[in-house]
Formats: sequence, structure tokens, C-alpha cells
Amino acid sequence: MIELAGIERDFTVGDEVVRALDQVSLTLPDGDYVSVMGPSGSGKSTLLNVLGLLDRPNDGSYRLHGEETTRLPEEARAALRRDHIGFVFQAFHLVPRLSAADNIGLPLVLAGVEPHARDARIHEVLESLDLLDRAHHRPDQLSGGQRQRVAIGRAVVMRPGLLLADEPTGNLDQHAGSEVVALLEQLNASGITLVVVTHDPTIGQRARRRIRMVDGQIANDSGADAHA
Amino acid sequence: MRTPDLLRFASSSLAGARTRTLLMLLAMSIGVASVVVLTALGEGARRYVTGQFAQLGTHLLIMLPGRSETTGGAPPLFGQTPRDLTLDDAMALLRARSILRVAPLTVGNAPVSRGSRDREVTVIGATYDFFPIRHLSVGSGQPLPLIDPQRSVNVAVLGSGLRRELFGSASALGQWIRINDRRFRVIGILSQGGESLGQNLDDMVVVPVAAAQSLFNAPSLFRVLIQARSGQDIERAKTAARDIIRERHDGEDDVTLITQDALLGTFDKILRALTYTVGGIAGISLAVAGILIMNVMLVAVSQRVAEIGLLKALGASERQVLRLFLVEAVMLASAGAALGVVIGIGGILLLAQLFPAFPIAAPLWAPLAAVAVAVGTGLVFGVMPARRAARFDPVRALTGR
Repeated sequence: MIELAGIERDFTVGDEVVRALDQVSLTLPDGDYVSVMGPSGSGKSTLLNVLGLLDRPNDGSYRLHGEETTRLPEEARAALRRDHIGFVFQAFHLVPRLSAADNIGLPLVLAGVEPHARDARIHEVLESLDLLDRAHHRPDQLSGGQRQRVAIGRAVVMRPGLLLADEPTGNLDQHAGSEVVALLEQLNASGITLVVVTHDPTIGQRARRRIRMVDGQIANDSGADAHA
Repeated sequence: MRTPDLLRFASSSLAGARTRTLLMLLAMSIGVASVVVLTALGEGARRYVTGQFAQLGTHLLIMLPGRSETTGGAPPLFGQTPRDLTLDDAMALLRARSILRVAPLTVGNAPVSRGSRDREVTVIGATYDFFPIRHLSVGSGQPLPLIDPQRSVNVAVLGSGLRRELFGSASALGQWIRINDRRFRVIGILSQGGESLGQNLDDMVVVPVAAAQSLFNAPSLFRVLIQARSGQDIERAKTAARDIIRERHDGEDDVTLITQDALLGTFDKILRALTYTVGGIAGISLAVAGILIMNVMLVAVSQRVAEIGLLKALGASERQVLRLFLVEAVMLASAGAALGVVIGIGGILLLAQLFPAFPIAAPLWAPLAAVAVAVGTGLVFGVMPARRAARFDPVRALTGR
């Protein structure tokens, strides 16, 4: 369960203060599938970063599983990020010198998981992604769709409750894009909360709940009534 | 994060940027190698001088006419001479039981000639005992005769180099040479290679002290070499020598006595200081290498902004990112230091091959200190880039804004 209430986020650009998020309140029950759409600069990425604990709001409350996160020290936020949140980026952000398996295992390494348990978990993820034969390939030896699947594997290897995807298909062709969306939806079906930020209406429309943002505010929320 | 994973991750990122890593290794290893080699040269110089002093003779005391009135400072090699130190003074020293041998010395420069060949050389006036005290061996012929030092006999022992120059391949023994305008008969040739404190005895001529005194018209001795009976007798010999001279000089304490140990100690101290200085200068190159590491790490940090952002998004704390970059810097510095020690030792071995007479050797502290400084600079100069990396805003890092 994710509860945002009265979230504000200001950026200073030159002398001007830009309000990227203006009084955003949002409740996401576990297992929700949400798409966030809106024009550039409407605050969708900022919302995603706040949800992912990468960015700290100037005001408001963000409760993750009942825990107030806005006043937590950075270390604790990093730990929450590590254990409960997975990220998928438009540019994949794989570490180029590491193999697919090592990229997937990176969060486990950061969390200090023993190598034995780590290898078992990586194997499991690779199997579910159908990437076992690509385990020892480096990112530059993989296709775009394979790279994004590796990135998704890395995002879910810690079994997070929340998966945040920022334009996950932006760098992919039609075919690879739909494969990736299918994979994300399959993960959502298994219980993970999925938030997708996208420009692409065909992907946005697939979500059960669609949020439209304009000027830092939620202009339209198809699921607002159901969860209010 | 487990330590082996930390090390593995850091080494993988070092291996990922090969050129950068190799350049930094080079800088660090040159710094360390220069510390090792330069201190080894300094230590070699110290050993060389120590060895030279040992050649000078054992249980040795040197008496100089004149008394230094100041305390401390370097030994007064050129003191004022209120009263002559005479041959009789020197021979009187033998009264002391702690004194084994005494060699009064007069030294001067004079032209030495044979036929048309003419050389300006150093003439040493000495006695028979000069040879055993200074461990000089006579290659052919005999040393100075064992006679009353007061007797002026015109015989000479030539250094081997001088002999060659004056006589070429002809035999010199029994021949006559001219020193100033006096004739001396050659009775012996010194063995080759006699060298002390850089003065080559090969180019000298040794004559009886009384003959030298009349050659140079110098009633005072240049110095007196005194050999104590044993190591324990050195202090006793020193006191006895001082007492005897005071008694003979109407209660005036007007000679300076230097023990070889004191002289050796002084040189030892000077050369040690020199070694430290040279080591310190080489240490600057280490610091430069450290600054280079900082620079390259800073560049690396800005090149790896996206990776740092990613690590933070994946749940790495600031402390973890800091540690990653620090470990990387220290690994680089340690590897560079290890390589530098190897290069340094290689350099020392090479120098030892090229100059076998020079006792080059790295003092143990030098590589240890160099490695410690290298790892330290890696740590110190790694902190700044690492902190910069740790503080990156992951959002900005990931979007490349």
C-alpha cells in the first residue's frame, strides 16, 4: 500500500521556482497497475522519482507500507529502495562491463547476499525471463529487447512490491516493446504493483488505472473513485 | 555489501577502463620506484663512506695541532696552531700503555721528477708504523725503514700510479727520483688500489717524516695517527694522549683529538640525513602521483555518473558508493606501489650490476614507507572523487540532466 498526501516538489531553475508536483495525493493498493501520462514537464517523472524514493518532496507525506518515508535518513531510504522498489529505465542503464547475470545480481551484491543464495536467485530470474543462454553475455552482445529484459530481471531480483518503469519501451521497436510490456504485465499479474510512465497511449491504455498529469497536478485518475 | 564483492566490483571497474588504469599504475609505480632507488643510492653512499673509514685503520685516533675553541660543529680540520706539534711530541705518545702505534704525518705538495718526466704530487712524510696503521701493503720492495723518526733518510715508497707515470714499464726499485731538488731512492711500491676518502694513494709518494719536514721546512706535524691497543683502549688512549701533550706543552691543551668513531658517526649522520632528504624529494613524486590519481578518479566519476545513479537507484547507500570508489583508488595505489617496488628493486639490481664497487642497497624502511605513502595518497586523494560520486543526485545522474 502506497499513500501520497499533499506532495509538493519545487525545483529552482535560475531565479525561477518551478513547481513540478503540486498537492499530489494518490493511494495505490498492492497489485495495482497504473499508467502515468501527460505532456513533457507535467511532473510524471518527478512523481515516479518521488515514488521510488530517489527524490524527496518539499512537503507532504509519503507512506510506504504504512511507514512515513519523507523524514527518513538517506541510508534508510536507500535500504527501502533496495528491498521494496524496482526500477526500469528507458535507457536500460545496464553496467556495460558486467554480464547479464552479474547485472541482474547487482542488487543482491549491494544487499550483501551470500554468493550461493545469489546464484540460485539469479538462475531463477534468468529462467523466468528465458535468458539462460544469454547469462554470460555482456550488454553490448544483447539486443535491445534482451537488454530491457535483463534490466527488468534486475529490478525484480530482490522481489520488490513496487515496480517503477520510466518509458520502458521508449528505446525499443514495436515487437520488442510489446514483449517488454507483456513481461511487465505478467509480473503485475503475479502481485507486484506496477507504475508505468509513458508517452505512448497504446501502452498507457493497457493499464487498469490511468493517471493523467498536467502542470504538476493529477488532472484525471480513472481509478480515483474506486480507491478514494 | 560483502568485502569480496566490493573488491570484485572495484577491480572489474578498474579492468573496464584499461588505459586509465594503466596510466595511473605507471604514475604510482614510478613514484614508488624512485623512492626505493633514491634511498638505496643514499644508503649505498653511506655504506661506501663507512667502508672507507674502516679501511682507514682500526682503533684509530687522529691528533691535529690546534684546538677548536667552539663547541659542537664539524671536526676542526683546519685549526689554529698556537704551538707546534712536533715529532718528539708524537713519539712521546708511545709512553702510554694503551697506545700501540703512532704515525706522525707531514703532508705537502711537491714536484716529483725522474729524468724529463715531472709530476706535481702529494708527498706524505711518515714512519714505518704508518703502513700497518693504514693497512697499506707494499707490492714490491719494502716499506719505510724502521729507524729513528728524527733521522732524515732520502728513500721513498711510490704509489703504483705514480710509479707507472715516472717509470713506465721499467723497474723502479733502487732507482733515483727527485722531489723538489733532493734525490730520493725508490725502495718500495705500494700495492694498487689503495684509496681512502676518495684520495687515491696511487698518485702519492711516501718518504720518512724527517725528510718531509726538511723538504717543506715545516717543524709542525700535519697530524698524528694513533692506534690504540684495542677497541676498549680508544678512550683511555685519548685521555693519555691529551695528558702527555698537555704536559709537554706547558699545560696548554692545544691539540684536537678525533676518534674515528666520532668522525664516522658524523658522516653517518650527515649521510643518513641526505638519504632521508632524497627520499623526501622522491616522496614528492609520490604526492604528484596521488594528485594524478585524484584527477583521473574525478574524471572517472564524471564519466560514470549514470552508473553511480544506477547503483543508488538499486539501493546503494551513499556510504556504499563512497566505499566503492575509495576501494578502487586504494587498489590502484596498492597495485602501483607493488609494481613500483618491483621496478625499484630491479633498478637497484641493475645498478649493482653496472657499478659493482658501489654498495647500493635499499634500506628496509624505504619500500615500506613508499608503499604506505602510496596507499595513503590513494586513500586521501581518493576521498574527494568518492565523496563527489556518493553525493550525486541519482535522478539527475540517470536522466543525464
